[in-house]
Amino acid sequence: MNNQQSLWDFMRQEHEKLLTQTLEHLGLTFISLLLAIVIGLPLGIWIARKKQFAGSVLGFAGVLQTIPSIALLGFMIPLLGIGPKPAIVALFLYALLPIIRNTFTGINEVNATVKEAARGMGMSNWQVLFKVELPLAMPVLLAGIRTATVINVGVATLAAFIAAGGLGEFIFGGISLNNTNMILAGAIPAALLAIILDFLLSRIQHLSIKKMKVFLWLVPAGMLLLSSFYFVPITGKSKLLAGFTPEFMGRRDGDLGLREVYGLKIKTVVISDAIMYKAVYEKHLDVISGYSTDGRLKAFGLTILEDDKHIFPPYYCAPVVRKDALQKFPELEKTLNLLSGTISDSVMTDLNYKVDYLKQSPEKTARDFLVQKKLFRPANNGNNGTVRIGSKIFGEQYILAAMYADLIKGYTDYAVSTKTGLGGTKICFDALTNNQIDFYPEYTGTGLLVILQAPQKVTDSIGSSKLKVYDFVKKKFEQQFALEWLNPIGFNNAYALMMRSKQAKALHLKNISDLKTYLEKE
Amino acid sequence: MIVVEHLSKHFGKTAAVDDISFEVKEGETLVLLGTSGCGKTTTLKMINRLTEPSGGRISVNGKDVLAQNPDRLRRGIGYVLQNNGLFPHYSVAETMAIVPKLLKWGQTKINERTKILLEKLHLPESYLSLYPNELSGGQQQRVGLARALMADPPVLLMDEAFGALDPITRASIRREFKNLDELKRKTIVMVTHDVQEAFEMADRICLMDAGKIKQIGTPAELLFNPADAFVASFLDDQRLQLELKTVSLNDLWDDASFTGEKSVPEISAASSIWEAVSFLQKNNLKQVCIHQPKTNSWKLVNAEELMHAFFTHKKFGS
Repeated sequence: MNNQQSLWDFMRQEHEKLLTQTLEHLGLTFISLLLAIVIGLPLGIWIARKKQFAGSVLGFAGVLQTIPSIALLGFMIPLLGIGPKPAIVALFLYALLPIIRNTFTGINEVNATVKEAARGMGMSNWQVLFKVELPLAMPVLLAGIRTATVINVGVATLAAFIAAGGLGEFIFGGISLNNTNMILAGAIPAALLAIILDFLLSRIQHLSIKKMKVFLWLVPAGMLLLSSFYFVPITGKSKLLAGFTPEFMGRRDGDLGLREVYGLKIKTVVISDAIMYKAVYEKHLDVISGYSTDGRLKAFGLTILEDDKHIFPPYYCAPVVRKDALQKFPELEKTLNLLSGTISDSVMTDLNYKVDYLKQSPEKTARDFLVQKKLFRPANNGNNGTVRIGSKIFGEQYILAAMYADLIKGYTDYAVSTKTGLGGTKICFDALTNNQIDFYPEYTGTGLLVILQAPQKVTDSIGSSKLKVYDFVKKKFEQQFALEWLNPIGFNNAYALMMRSKQAKALHLKNISDLKTYLEKE
Repeated sequence: MIVVEHLSKHFGKTAAVDDISFEVKEGETLVLLGTSGCGKTTTLKMINRLTEPSGGRISVNGKDVLAQNPDRLRRGIGYVLQNNGLFPHYSVAETMAIVPKLLKWGQTKINERTKILLEKLHLPESYLSLYPNELSGGQQQRVGLARALMADPPVLLMDEAFGALDPITRASIRREFKNLDELKRKTIVMVTHDVQEAFEMADRICLMDAGKIKQIGTPAELLFNPADAFVASFLDDQRLQLELKTVSLNDLWDDASFTGEKSVPEISAASSIWEAVSFLQKNNLKQVCIHQPKTNSWKLVNAEELMHAFFTHKKFGS
């Protein structure tokens, strides 16, 4: 009950954002759907006439459908940049198959005698198409549009990854922030949209022929109306464009802090961290919310703007381990602490650069580093129980997981299984507390703000001190979750605002206050 | 009037229609009869160019069919299909307006013509707003005919027009169609595989097999003067019934065994023997009086005498 209350509170509190996102979502869905109809319908008619092309056209559209949606969005960025354009094109490609296929099937299924009668009465090919074939294929065609609509409502949530808006902003922000209300505030409206649109279209699809004649115009009219929603939200103008991750948008040590503490007013789009660096490098964006040890910082020539008012708390990385695992594997703590103090910010940035940009495997990168630090020992191939290592879904965590795996194999007689790529913080942390993994590398700031959700009082008092934050999360994790923070590895992977070095230099921007001043200048 | 000369249709190497020629006179009904695959439907569809001929010539009312725009050609030729081919999304009124609209008639003219035709086809005006799935099979077939007749085309093509109906409905619709004024003036080519139907509807029958014409002639000619063994055996199964239906009381008028006497009930000498015997049976009568309108004379016969006269007639020929 308490949960429901607060979901309602959240939605009320964020109702403006919710409305904007819902309208954007509808807009994206229907603009792409309209495009798919404009292209797919004639294509379907054409292959119904020229059957020899049906196989290849349907095959091609089918292949498009099988491309994972994230990958398809990824392919679009080099071609179309970020924002609504690539999202609409990707959604359009997904909607194409059901529309082409159902047009084709619908026309083919029109009774041959009826077609012959139409020709026998003296109708021309076009008259047969518009007066007989299309009207009779309409229920099948509408079924295709219905399928495409539901697919698009679902896939449009991913538009939030490439700065195209939509309800995905709440969903992915919520997953990153471990905020169930935020996830539901995006997921429930998205599901409702799918259900309602499906229901409405099914009503039209199953109308009798007489009523269909009266109501059919509602479909294109409705689509045009819904498409236009995308253009309703008017975003403010600003000299620079920022791209922040969904997670950053909802955090006190993120967009909220920038507004409150710095009073920063910048036009912002929501974007996935996977493509954010490239987008700023390619000048689609000017400012991004990166991580201070990210390898792409080096690869793309980016500069960190100094956090002169200290709103980003320290994110020192250390393994978080289940207490029962430490008892079960007595050698574990000692082994994991071998890495402590060995990796500085610049070393981590370099390792990340090798994996994220030079495309070396995390395993090789980890092995090379351990060898270089004379920490590497060949595996014992022991079988005295299996340690389960988890990691989140980005390069740095893969590298750390690989290092830990090598160390455990070399220094103990335990076996190792790794479960890498556990989505965001919430997924990783839940896996740990539900005893699916024994430990994973976590960051002190994430522990403080995302997992413990420490009140503002606490963060204000300890937020700027590396040691205080570490002690606080260590104590609280032990009390609340029976989890142990081992010694920090050394580097601080904090949030940071980044710009292209050249641009920052040209505009004389060194810290966030400079940025604010620049933005407010006429 | 339809003239077909050396008409052929090849599908790949097989000849569906193989060099056939025939004529249909104005106002005549020609039935193309044969088993499935004999080429009768292909022949019919070449007349309105739903199928393009491989060779030969067709002219309708003196105009070369192949020289005309096929769409415009078809608007001038009535076409009735086996499964009626009504548009499921068109009401009866819309269905009947299809061809007139293609011909760009005004709405008033369409309405007037619709009203006249409904009356002739015994369809109530309340049907105008109904859709095909709300009509019975027989009604659908009537609407299909109405659609073909709306623009009053001089030529009507009927492809197994009664084929989809049950035997009882089929017989009654057939009789109804045969007596329609609207159809009596028309040049009709009709395809069927039903021998009874052919004999009932045809002025002349064109019996086809394997893409060729076996015989073309009146029903009586096919029955009593078959061109070859194929024609004779094609009709054998139903020979007796066909003969009884084909020979009229007129043909037996001079038979000696009939007594000249007037009595009631009476039937016309134009009736077939089949009709006379059916009449006796249905009314449970011993004898019936035949009225010969030409000479205004009467003859009294019973079933036995009728059959005897029929066999004598057959033996000594007509």
